[in-house]
Amino acid sequence: MILLNGERSDVRAGESVAAVLVRLGLDVDARGVAVAVDGEVVPRASWESFTVGEDARVEVLTAMQGG
Amino acid sequence: MQHTVSATEDVLTIAGRSMRSRLLLGTGGFPSLELMAEAIAASGSELVTVALRRVDPAARGSLVDVLADAGVQLLPNTAGCHTARDAVITARLAREAFATDWVKLEVIGDEDTLLPDAPELLRAAEELLDDGFVVLPYTTDDPVLARRLADLGCAAVMPLGSPIGSGMGIRNPYNIALIREAVDVPVVLDAGIGTASDAALAMELGCDAVMAASAISRAQDPVAMARAMRAAVEAGRLARGAGRIPRRLYATASTPDEGLAEFGDGARELS
Repeated sequence: MILLNGERSDVRAGESVAAVLVRLGLDVDARGVAVAVDGEVVPRASWESFTVGEDARVEVLTAMQGG
Repeated sequence: MQHTVSATEDVLTIAGRSMRSRLLLGTGGFPSLELMAEAIAASGSELVTVALRRVDPAARGSLVDVLADAGVQLLPNTAGCHTARDAVITARLAREAFATDWVKLEVIGDEDTLLPDAPELLRAAEELLDDGFVVLPYTTDDPVLARRLADLGCAAVMPLGSPIGSGMGIRNPYNIALIREAVDVPVVLDAGIGTASDAALAMELGCDAVMAASAISRAQDPVAMARAMRAAVEAGRLARGAGRIPRRLYATASTPDEGLAEFGDGARELS
């Protein structure tokens, strides 16, 4: 089971980070978005090539008002 | 006379970046993005903080787009992080998301007061500095901790006046003045500002800038308060440069006695 932003998801192992973003309705060139998989930053340049593994924890973050 | 200020040439420089405004704005708490944009314009601020949170597919309007239109530089924060590890990862994600290596480093040690966790803060600052970040740490009003952070290489220090969002103003003005003496980097008074006079006081104490968030965003009229804060920061800066008179217990007449008329006893007879 892959966790996407803390919730169970139907993302499957082997999907690229870019594909996960599309599931969230985001473009791969979306401004102000960052991705971490298992606590490690996945750089924008690797979104197409980086694939998520079994039981991965994927965090997709963006700007929110704060501070 | 090191603080002599010329209003037209006075710029704030942090890590080589010069800004005309000495008011940093937090974007949290505004009821709408429209009001936030109006308040940013009224404040004159050139550096505004943003947080990083999970994408909400239902969210409307892009904060990043609104801020880009406002022409301000983003200062991502690590709000909500309780450990050095979380803060470091959040800063790295922010660098990816916003293409800036600047970070307002917050590592919170207590839920009720949101006071910084000093050991974790130092640890996170060290790691981020090693990684090439421009680190602006949110810190307590402890001059020793501020000096430690500056010695590590932080680009500025951001001591609190009082707890975040408390509106309690500057609870220990003497410590803020000591911090100004203790470090060579810019001092940005952060947290606790409630109204314009708090911001003016911060500048009079020698702070180089003031950061305001809730004080503006949660005011009944955020745009008017943004204008007030801008004027207060400018007034406080000018007053600091002007050199205030010393405090005295007794009066010092502002009108000379010389040439004072004498009326004899006649005046007393009238009463």
